[in-house]
Parts: sequence; C-alpha cells; structure tokens
Amino acid sequence: MRCLALAGAMLALAGCASKPPPPLYEWGGYQGQLYAHFRGDMASPLAQLGALLEQVQKTEAKGSAVPPGLHAHIAMLLLQAGQRDEAVGHLQAEKALFPESAHYMDWLIGRLQGAKS
Amino acid sequence: MSAALPGMWRRALLMLAVLLLTGCAHKPKAPPEPVPWPSQPTSLLVLPPINESRDVKAPWGVLAQVTAPLAEAGYYVLPVAVVEQTLRDNGMTVAADIHAISHAKLREVFGADAVVYIKVREYGSTYTVVSGDAVVEVNAHIVDLRTGKLLWGNAATASSGEGRDPHNLAFMMVQALVSQLVNVATDASYKVAGRANQRLFGLNPTAVGGLQAGPRYVPPPPHH
Repeated sequence: MRCLALAGAMLALAGCASKPPPPLYEWGGYQGQLYAHFRGDMASPLAQLGALLEQVQKTEAKGSAVPPGLHAHIAMLLLQAGQRDEAVGHLQAEKALFPESAHYMDWLIGRLQGAKS
Repeated sequence: MSAALPGMWRRALLMLAVLLLTGCAHKPKAPPEPVPWPSQPTSLLVLPPINESRDVKAPWGVLAQVTAPLAEAGYYVLPVAVVEQTLRDNGMTVAADIHAISHAKLREVFGADAVVYIKVREYGSTYTVVSGDAVVEVNAHIVDLRTGKLLWGNAATASSGEGRDPHNLAFMMVQALVSQLVNVATDASYKVAGRANQRLFGLNPTAVGGLQAGPRYVPPPPHH
C-alpha cells in the first residue's frame, strides 16, 4: 500500500515534469577520472590515458561531442608520459573543438616549445 | 480491505487524488524575469574550491563534477585538471592563495572571460541524532575577468537523505546509524556533491538566482 501511494505520487510529479533535453556532450567516465586524478588514486596515469583515449574514440565513432577539457586533460597525461608531440596534438584538438580555449592552449604550447629549444 | 483502510492511508490517497487532479491543471505563474548579466562570458575558469569542511576530499569531489553542469549550460569550461596543474607548477597549491590571484594575471595566463570561485561549506556525514546523512553545501560566484564585475552568485545544498519519509522517526533512528556507516564507507558525499553542483550550476531559468545560459546552449525543441 505504501509503495502504491509512493509510486502514485511519483507518477503525479513526473507527469508534470518536462523531458530534459539531450546532453550536449558525451561525458562517459570523464568526471570519475577527474576525481581519481585529483585524489591521486587512479590506477596509473597510463591506465587513465588509455581509458580517456578510448572514450574519445567511442564518442567520435558515435558522432557525439567530446566534452570541453577532455583533449587538454589527455595532453597533460601524455606530457607526463614524455610524449610531447602527441601532447601538443591534443592541445591543438582542444583548441580546434573549442576556439574559446585558444589563449590558454597557445600559452601551454608556447611553454612546451619554449622548454624544448 | 478498502473498508478497513486505515485513516492515514485514506487521507494519503485522497491527497494523492487531489494532487493528480490539480497538479497539472494550473500553469505556474510566470517566473520572475531574470535580470540579465551585465556581460555574457563564453568561457569560464573554475579555480580549485576553498574547503571549509573537515573532509580533505571535498574540494576534489566538487571540482571533478563542476565541468558537466556548466558545459551543459552552454559555457566552455577550461580543463579543470590542467588548470590545477598549471597553478601547481607555479607554486600555487593553497586555494585561498589561488582565489587571491589578480584578475589581470588570471586573464594573462588562462584567457578566460570569467572566473568561478567556489567554497565548499559542508561535505560529509552530519552526525546529528536522527540522521547520518551525507550533506554537501557549496556556494559560488562568477566574476567577469574583463571588467571585474560580479555576474552571479548563489548557493546550494544536497543530502543523501532526500526523499525519505521525515515523519517515521523510529525508522530514521535505526537508519541514521546504518546510513552513517554506509555513507562513510562508500564516499556517498561524492554523489551528493554531484547533485549539489547540478542544483547550483545546472541551468534553471525559472529559479531565482538560476544560472544564465551560455552561448553554446541549445534550447530543447518545444514538445506537445
């Protein structure tokens, strides 16, 4: 009886709520990976790199949008793994998808190239 | 059964029937017209939050889950982990110090239109008598980095105990003990932080103090 009333109440409330719009971006496990990164308890930067690269691949295959920051985050992990050129490539990808990031991406690329020469 | 229906349930059903009949009938009053922001940013720089709770994970739980609601609201959000790394590389690891960096300096490095300052006021089990709920309280304000003007500020709270029957005290007393243990063991605060963030930064134009949509926001098609 209690469940019935509860279900009824939920139905009543849900009936009035409008359907939420589809998300702009495919988030996948990105936020969970961010949390693991900040807490420092991810399996390893390389494992995270693999997971995030796979997410980008799947998202692109589906024709969905990669969320802001994901390519730049991948670039940071690549840099930690010593893959500087690949890192620059992903900073460029972030910039291509989101021109709003151009200033910061150029600043990061400039620092990388400055450190190289 | 129906003849012997306890009075409480009869009342509940009656109220439910009233709710069903009236719930959708009235169009809500037009919401208060939101005051447009003095300027419209396109990109947001979210700095590591200041933590006023006792849980060291609090700023990370909140920062990890801030990009989605803001990006879905139509803003470009600078990569939070890369920003944190840049700050760290420059010796900035204390949130209060980071929040004190000049707008000019932030703009010079990050080039964002506006900055989001967050404070985590509460994060975790509340240890009250009848509830071991995980509670997260966050507040935030957004400042235009080009003009220095405050664009928006608000606060939100979420709790793992939401939706529970608040009148069943005996049940709650038992549950408080259990949920306190469970909440501590499973990092329930992280999930609750996601809900608090959604409330604070999610697009909700009908709410007073709701966030204004950014330029990348696509309004849903009208449905009938």
